[in-house]
Amino acid sequence: MSTHDVTVRIGGEAGMGLESSGAGFAKALTRGGLYAFGLPDYYSRIRGGHNFFSIRVSQEPLVSHAEPVHLVLALDVETMRRHTDDVVAGGAVVYDEADDVPEELRRSDVGFFPVPLTKLAEEKGGRAIMRNTVAFGVAAGLMGFDPTYLESVIRDNFAPKGEKVIDANLRAVEAGVEASRAYQGDFSFQVAAVPDAPPRMILNGNEAFALGALAGGCRFVATYPMTPGSPVLHWFAARADEYGAVIKHTESEIGAINMAIGAGYQGARAMCPTSGGGFSLMVEALGLAGITEVPVVVYNAQRPGPATGLPTRTEQADLLFVMHASQGEFPRFVLAPGTLEQSFHVGWQAFNLADRYQTPTLVLSDHYLAASYRTVEADALDFDAVEIDRGALLTEEELDALKEPYKRYQVTESGVSPRATPGHPNAVWVSTANEHDEFGAVSEDAENRTAQADKRMRKMKGMSEEVDGSPELSMTRYGPADADVTFVSWGSTYGPLREAVERLNEGSAGRANLLHFTALHPFPTDAKAALERAGRTIVVEGNVTGQLETLIRARTGLSVDGSIRKYDGRAFSPEYVVGHPVVGDLFEEV
Amino acid sequence: MVSLADFNSETLPTWCKGCGNYAILSAIKMALAERDMASHDILFITGVGCGSKLPHYMRSTGFHTLHGRTLAVATGARLANHGLPVMAVHGDGDSFNEGMNHFVQTVRRNVNLVDVVQDNRIYGLTKGQYSPTSEKGKRTPTSPAGSIERPVNPPALAMTLGATFVSRGYSGELQHLAWLLGEALDHPGYALVDVMQPCVTWNRSYAYAFYKDRVYKLQEEEGYDATDRDAAWAKAQEWGERIPIGILYRDDSVPSYEEQVPALQAGPLVEQPLNRLTPEQVGALKTEIT
Repeated sequence: MSTHDVTVRIGGEAGMGLESSGAGFAKALTRGGLYAFGLPDYYSRIRGGHNFFSIRVSQEPLVSHAEPVHLVLALDVETMRRHTDDVVAGGAVVYDEADDVPEELRRSDVGFFPVPLTKLAEEKGGRAIMRNTVAFGVAAGLMGFDPTYLESVIRDNFAPKGEKVIDANLRAVEAGVEASRAYQGDFSFQVAAVPDAPPRMILNGNEAFALGALAGGCRFVATYPMTPGSPVLHWFAARADEYGAVIKHTESEIGAINMAIGAGYQGARAMCPTSGGGFSLMVEALGLAGITEVPVVVYNAQRPGPATGLPTRTEQADLLFVMHASQGEFPRFVLAPGTLEQSFHVGWQAFNLADRYQTPTLVLSDHYLAASYRTVEADALDFDAVEIDRGALLTEEELDALKEPYKRYQVTESGVSPRATPGHPNAVWVSTANEHDEFGAVSEDAENRTAQADKRMRKMKGMSEEVDGSPELSMTRYGPADADVTFVSWGSTYGPLREAVERLNEGSAGRANLLHFTALHPFPTDAKAALERAGRTIVVEGNVTGQLETLIRARTGLSVDGSIRKYDGRAFSPEYVVGHPVVGDLFEEV
Repeated sequence: MVSLADFNSETLPTWCKGCGNYAILSAIKMALAERDMASHDILFITGVGCGSKLPHYMRSTGFHTLHGRTLAVATGARLANHGLPVMAVHGDGDSFNEGMNHFVQTVRRNVNLVDVVQDNRIYGLTKGQYSPTSEKGKRTPTSPAGSIERPVNPPALAMTLGATFVSRGYSGELQHLAWLLGEALDHPGYALVDVMQPCVTWNRSYAYAFYKDRVYKLQEEEGYDATDRDAAWAKAQEWGERIPIGILYRDDSVPSYEEQVPALQAGPLVEQPLNRLTPEQVGALKTEIT
C-alpha cells in the first residue's frame, strides 16, 4: 500500500448532505486522474443520527474500501467520538471551530484542525448546509489536490439549480481551501491530481445494473420504493421519456411484479428492482411467471433481514430464499454480480436469458455493491458486447405463416416453446396459472402434468450451458492458479476478497487465491472441479448459516475447510479478511 | 363481420346449471360481435374463481392469472400495449378481498379497461364462504353464527375513488348486460361493470327470485342524468325494494392513465423498435458518470 492510498471520511447527521457531497468529491478525484472508492454508511432516518461517507483514493485502481482513515471531516462532535480511533498516526480530524474536542479523544499522533465550517458556509455560501462543501475544500487543500476538479463537479451537479447556487458553492470550496492553508505542512498524506490521466467513470452498482438493463432493452420498470433497490427506479424515471421507457411506482411490490408480468406477456422487457422485503411480496407472482412462462427480471439488492432488519445496511442472506421462492417448481436463473462490470453485463444479459428461456431471471446484489461508488476505466462497461436476443419470439411473418392452431406450450426437446404475443389472428390462446395442456387449456390430466412439468424443467439444461459458456456469468478466479488458501465467495465480496488475496500474496506469492461465483442457479458445472483443484478452501459470505457453503455441498458433495461469516450489517473489508483467525489457522496447517 | 359463432370453443364450462356466468359469457360475445371485435382484438385478464375461467370457454386471447392480481396484470398489459383493449373478468372475492388494493389504484388511475365483476356475493370455487359483498349476518362455513362484517358497495366505492364509468348489470337481463358491456368498451377509461349474478349452489339469499321484481333500468327512468355525480351517488346507495341497473355515472372527458405516459406518445410500447443504444446515447450516458 503506497502512501498515496488515503481515506477521507466525512461524518455528521442525516440531512447534512453527506452522501451527495461525498459522491461529488469522489467524482472530483476521478476527474483529477485518481481512483476513488466511495462507501456510504447511514441510518434509516431522514434527520439526526450519525451518518458517514468514506472516500478512499489512490493513484492505483481500487476494488474495495479499506478500514484505516487518514482524514476525518467532522461536521459534528459525534463524528469525532466515533471515528477518531480509526485515524492512522499522522492523520487528522478537521472539525467545526464552534465545537469542542472532547478531551478524552485527543491523540498526540493525530492532528486536530479547527475550521469555522458553519460560519464560512453561512458567510460565503449563504447557508449552513454548505459546510460539507467547505469541508471538502479543506480536504482538497490539505491533501494537495487541485480544487479545480471539485469546482468542475460543482458546476455540473448544481447546473439545474442555476448560477447563484453554483457560485455560492464555489465560494464555499474556495473558503475551505483557504482555511486549510493554516495547517499546511501538518498533514503528510498527499494525493496530487494526475492531470494527464485518461478520462474515467465513477458509478455505483445500482447505476451499473440500470445502465446494463437499459442497454439490454428494458423498457418497463415497476416497483415500490425500498432501500437499497429503489435508486434503480429513480435512475430509469429520470431517463424514461428520453429512452421511451414506462416506469411505474406501484401500490405494492405485489402490484409491481404482476404489472411486470402483464407487460412481459405483451412482449415488453420488464423488471422489478427491489430488496428482500419487496421480493418476499413478489413470491407468489414469481410462480405465475414460472408456470405461464413469461419472461421477467427481478433485481434484489439485499439488506439484512428478516422483516425490516437493518434497512440501510448490507447482507447476503437471501440466496437460498430466492433460489427456492414460490410453491412448486420451475426453472429460474439466480445471478449475483460481484463487480460494477458484472452488474452491467448481468444487467443486459438478464433480459436475453429471461426471453430465451421464458422464465424469471433473478439478480442478487446487496447494499454494499449497489450503493458503493468506484472509479473504472472509460471502457469498463462493455456497451459493444451488448446484444438484444428475444429468443423464440415469433415474428409477425412467422405468425402469418402459422397453419395449425397455435400451441403456446408445445412440448419441445429444449423445453422452450415458440412464443407469441397477444393480438394476432393466428395466435389465439389463453395462458393460465393452472396446469395446462400444450394449447394453454386448464388440464388436470396426470400424463399431461408430467409432460408439462418435464418440459419446463428441461430448460435447465440449456440454462446450465448458458452459464457454463459465459465467464462473466459463471465463475471468476483471481490470483495464482495454485495457492495454499482459496477464498470462495459470491456476489459483492469480490472486491474486498480480491484485495485480501493481493495483500496475502505480497512478498509471499502463492499463499491465496479467489474462486468467485456469479451464477448460483444453475450452479456452474465446473464448480466441483474448480473446488477440488483449490487449496484449503474458506467460504466467505455475509450471512449466519453459510448459504453458499450449503449450496456447494448440495451441488458438489464437497465440504470446505473453513468459513468466515459476517452479519453485522457492515461490509467485509480486506483487513477483516486478512486478519481473521480462520485465515491464520489455515495457514498454520498448511 | 365477426359473428357469435366465431367465439365458439370446444371447452365446456365447469359452471353449475343456472349459474349467472353463462349469461355474462353470452353478453360478452354479443358486445364484441356487435363491435366487430374478433378473438384477437381484445385481451381478457382474469383472476381465480369459477368465473375467472371464462376466457377458456370462448375462443379468446387471455391470461388467467392469480387470485386478486387481475387488475395489476391488466394494468401492466395496458401499459405495454395500449393498442389492445383489455377486459378484466373476476369475482367479488378477487376484486374486493384479495385484490382490493389493486381495485382502488386502478380506478383512481383511470386505466383504460373494462372491469367485469361477477358479483354473486359468495365464494363459489372454495365452497360457500362469505364474500366482501355478502350481507351482514350471512351464515356460511366461515361465519357459522353470521358474518359480522358490513358489505362493500362496489358502485359507491368506485364513485368515491373518482371512477369515470360506474355501472351495474344483472345476469338475468342479457340484452341489457350486452349493451352495458358495449358502452363500457366504448368508454375511454376505467369502466366498472358490477354484475349482480345468482350463485345457484351456494347463495340462496340472492337468487333470481330476489332480483326479478327489484331490478329496474336506470336509463329508462325519466330525467336520470348519468353525468350528474350527486345523482349517481344517490343511486349507488339504492338497495332494497328497488335496485337500479345500467350506467350510474359516466364521464368520458378524463384522460386515461396510458394517455398521460410520455413514453407512450409514440405508440404502444411493444410496437416501438427495440434496438441497441446508439453511439450518441452511449456517449451521453457515459458523460453523466465521467
